[in-house]
Amino acid sequence: MSYTSFKNIAIGIAFSPTLEANVSEAARFSCMFGAKLSLIHVGKRSDEKINIIDEYIGNCGESQLSYEIIFKEGEPVEVILETVKKYNIDLLLLGALKQEKFVKFYLGSIARKLTRKATCSVLMMTNPSIIRKPCKHMVVNGLKDEHTEHTIETAFYVAHSLGSNQLTIVEEIEQEKISIKIDDDQSLRKANLLKEKLKRQEESRVQGILSHIPSEDKKDIQVTTQPIFGQRGYSIGHYAQIVRADLLVMNAPKKSSFLDRFFPHDLEHILNELPTDVLIVR
Amino acid sequence: MTKKKTDVRGFFKSLPKNIFSGFVVSLIALPLGLGLAMASDAPPIAGVIAAVVGGVLVSILGGSHVTISGPGNGLVGVILVAVATLGLNGTYAAIICSGVLLTILGFLRMGKLADFFPSSAIQGMLAAIGLIILGKQFHIMMGNEMKLPGSIDYLIAIPSTIIGAFSYDHAGFTYAAVAGVLALAIMVFYPKIRNKYFHLVPAPMWIVLISIGVSYFYELVLQQPHPVDPRYMISNIPTGNQIISDIPRPNFELINSIGFWGSVLAITLIASIESLLSIKAVDQLDPEKRRSNVNRDLKALGLATIGSGFLGGLNVVTVIARSSVNVNNGGSNRSSNFAHATFLVIFILLFSTQLTRIPLPALMAILVYTGYKLASPGNIAKIFKIGKEQLIIFFTTLFVTLFVGLISGILAGVLMTFVIHVILNKDLELFIKNWRKPNVLMFKEKKGNQHYYINVKHFCTFLNFYRLKEKLNAIPETEDVVVDLSLCEFVDHTVMENLSAYQDVFHKRGGHLEIIGLDLHGTDSEHPFALRRLIPGIPFLTDNLTKRQTTLKEIAQDYSLQYEADVKENTEVLDGFRYFQTKKIVKIYNRLFNVDDSFSVFDIHYSEGEFIAKEDVRTTMLHIKLEHSIPEFTLDRDGFMERLYAIAGYDDIPIDNHSDFTKRFYLLGKNPYRVQEYFNDDLVKFFECNSYYHVESDGVSLLIFRTQRTSGVKEIKKLIDFGNRLRKIVVKEALVAY
Repeated sequence: MSYTSFKNIAIGIAFSPTLEANVSEAARFSCMFGAKLSLIHVGKRSDEKINIIDEYIGNCGESQLSYEIIFKEGEPVEVILETVKKYNIDLLLLGALKQEKFVKFYLGSIARKLTRKATCSVLMMTNPSIIRKPCKHMVVNGLKDEHTEHTIETAFYVAHSLGSNQLTIVEEIEQEKISIKIDDDQSLRKANLLKEKLKRQEESRVQGILSHIPSEDKKDIQVTTQPIFGQRGYSIGHYAQIVRADLLVMNAPKKSSFLDRFFPHDLEHILNELPTDVLIVR
Repeated sequence: MTKKKTDVRGFFKSLPKNIFSGFVVSLIALPLGLGLAMASDAPPIAGVIAAVVGGVLVSILGGSHVTISGPGNGLVGVILVAVATLGLNGTYAAIICSGVLLTILGFLRMGKLADFFPSSAIQGMLAAIGLIILGKQFHIMMGNEMKLPGSIDYLIAIPSTIIGAFSYDHAGFTYAAVAGVLALAIMVFYPKIRNKYFHLVPAPMWIVLISIGVSYFYELVLQQPHPVDPRYMISNIPTGNQIISDIPRPNFELINSIGFWGSVLAITLIASIESLLSIKAVDQLDPEKRRSNVNRDLKALGLATIGSGFLGGLNVVTVIARSSVNVNNGGSNRSSNFAHATFLVIFILLFSTQLTRIPLPALMAILVYTGYKLASPGNIAKIFKIGKEQLIIFFTTLFVTLFVGLISGILAGVLMTFVIHVILNKDLELFIKNWRKPNVLMFKEKKGNQHYYINVKHFCTFLNFYRLKEKLNAIPETEDVVVDLSLCEFVDHTVMENLSAYQDVFHKRGGHLEIIGLDLHGTDSEHPFALRRLIPGIPFLTDNLTKRQTTLKEIAQDYSLQYEADVKENTEVLDGFRYFQTKKIVKIYNRLFNVDDSFSVFDIHYSEGEFIAKEDVRTTMLHIKLEHSIPEFTLDRDGFMERLYAIAGYDDIPIDNHSDFTKRFYLLGKNPYRVQEYFNDDLVKFFECNSYYHVESDGVSLLIFRTQRTSGVKEIKKLIDFGNRLRKIVVKEALVAY
């Protein structure tokens, strides 16, 4: 079984109104995974700042947490990426911004760059809060990709650590796979038969992955699968939003090129409108 | 292989019915073809050529089932402009080019093109076309032909033409006006007279027949020249030989000019929109509920248009009025379209000289009526009910089309719709940021009944409806679908209207489509198709009852029934009845019903046919739900109409030992043996000695009614009494049987 275990967790912090929520959330996560927390602040070191953070961590009642505050000056993205490498960070936490008018979240420009360039797994938190909200339902991608098995296994590990009891594996099947164009009743019937066939193929592939996972890991977790025909990356986010999932677990993007900004695919869609907390596994 | 065989057998079995229906359609297609061509300033035969070429090619190559193709009324406006700027032969060239474009559209699978236009803008465009037709032809109808620069000038000149009609110095013009007004009267009053024999011939054909009759009357009986001025008679209908020898030569000289391609684009745009809208509407009337292959139809229409253009005919489009007549007369496959073309050829070969006996004003009255129907105040009132903003879109499109042109008109409508959406939401970002996103998610739920679930995010308007439509089209209509719009901040009228059409289609084919998540959205009007925004609205109720309604309430108490005046949109219980297969139920209201809803009397509003062939009927019916199943049958008084249907393929089921009953009643059923078995002495005696009603069974319930108008209070009492007694007999029979 190969999964990424999170032993070193980092969060980039700025002294903004959401600081307490971000710190509390990061402290809780670190405790659940039994990891060490590194708080990276891009800026000058001062005792005042250290006191504030100490106070926040003290408030959230996770006494056994070991943590370290790292101060470093420079360009935020560069600094954080460097620190991630230097301290062997496994998981980087990022806070998302909330759109004012509606309950929608999006990533700021720094966080966006970090998700693309980071060498470790990234967790984007849409709604960091001081009081813990439980993570019950997780949605995991089941793409046809060599990373998927690793992602699904990590998802089980995360589910156990966070105490989630429901895990849905979504198989996104691209519309282009359905070669039959629907014109009339006959072509509709054919297209639907083809869809069923594709669904069965996907299903058996995911079941194959699941069979590799030891049964003790699957204990207490209700696993379901859901095939969806739609645009990759977008439909899984939409699905997670509809089923009110608490965490969406995704493969890391292969490589993000300049063109992807204009023709968003896979992850870019999710970054544009975060449906819920998103974990990108590397 | 066996399936193919039965298909062929089914085809031949339904052939007589289709030929009959094609015949009735040709009766309406002939005058319309002549009139539409003349209204477009083309030779009258051009319309008939289009209908013949269209009928032959589209019936062979097309992908729809019960549509009729021919010259369309929407194109009159654009072809008029084309003839004025390009000349007649240049117009034929433009028609050929538009045919090529249509074929390309078909190959590019652009059947979804019509989805990108907001409903109200399309309504506005159609109304403008209606006014263009009405404005120009009205003067000819009144015997006062004139040439004016703009289409709006013709409308302004209408009052002076009416006043002038009373003081023509030449009697020939006055008679022309009289012929026109009489013909218009026939068109207007035809749907109001519900007489079976009168309705055997469509209204436009009555005008033709009466015109020719009057002409012969003057020639043979009075031995006088025809009183209408010869300038107002249809001229130059060529004989069959002449058509072939005088094929015009399309003039492609202007092919490099902007004006030429402007006309080509306008013709293509209108032809595709008119065809696509018609196909969609006719699919809903198809009794066998088949799905048309829109793109294949576009290709066939394009090819037919090319052919028609080379032979000197107009554009070929799918036409709604003729198609609905086809459905109503039992057309069930494309052979009726072919038959309609064949009959048109026969008419032209045999009667081309007789056709010159028709006064032009009489023919133009048909078009004036068509134009009026397109731009009728009723349509405007309907749009107003949906919302004031729709009226702004409607009038923007209407006026820009009238003053500038068709393409500018529809573009202005689209733009206005978008601006209104932005203003209503006070948010431009919502549309700009999200319109390229694949915002529709569909999946088949794995839990429970395996419903299809569709969720739409952000907004859903004419801009991105095609995405939702694509998903909906991928679902067989026999399935259950839930469309969740709760994550949409804004849903527009176009989407609401189209979704409602989908709901009807799913309903008719045994599936179910439910729209959820709009409870929190606010609307400005109470219309079900009103656009919706995420703002709480205030519900609106009325309890203002008419006198008939208060009496109905009293009757309800007398018979210990409950009464409900409200409109009920949910009419699925009636879908199973053969009677409603080709009819569209608009609403049910004034319901009297018992506790478990098994016995209910209601007023019903339904419509037959579409557009100028549309007839609205309001009547009162009784519906009895039974606890056991009975055979499906239809019982009607034996009449001329039914005998005619019998020729077309239906069979009367005879009941042994009751020749009087068989003679007096006409009994149809899917399974004749079961029906014969079911009609025992008691039942036959009951029908024989009671007053006559149309009784129909869909297997689990009975539908009883008599007149094709709303019943009076007394009649309702009688109906309830009849129903109660019939139910007793039917229930008794069930007890004996089991």
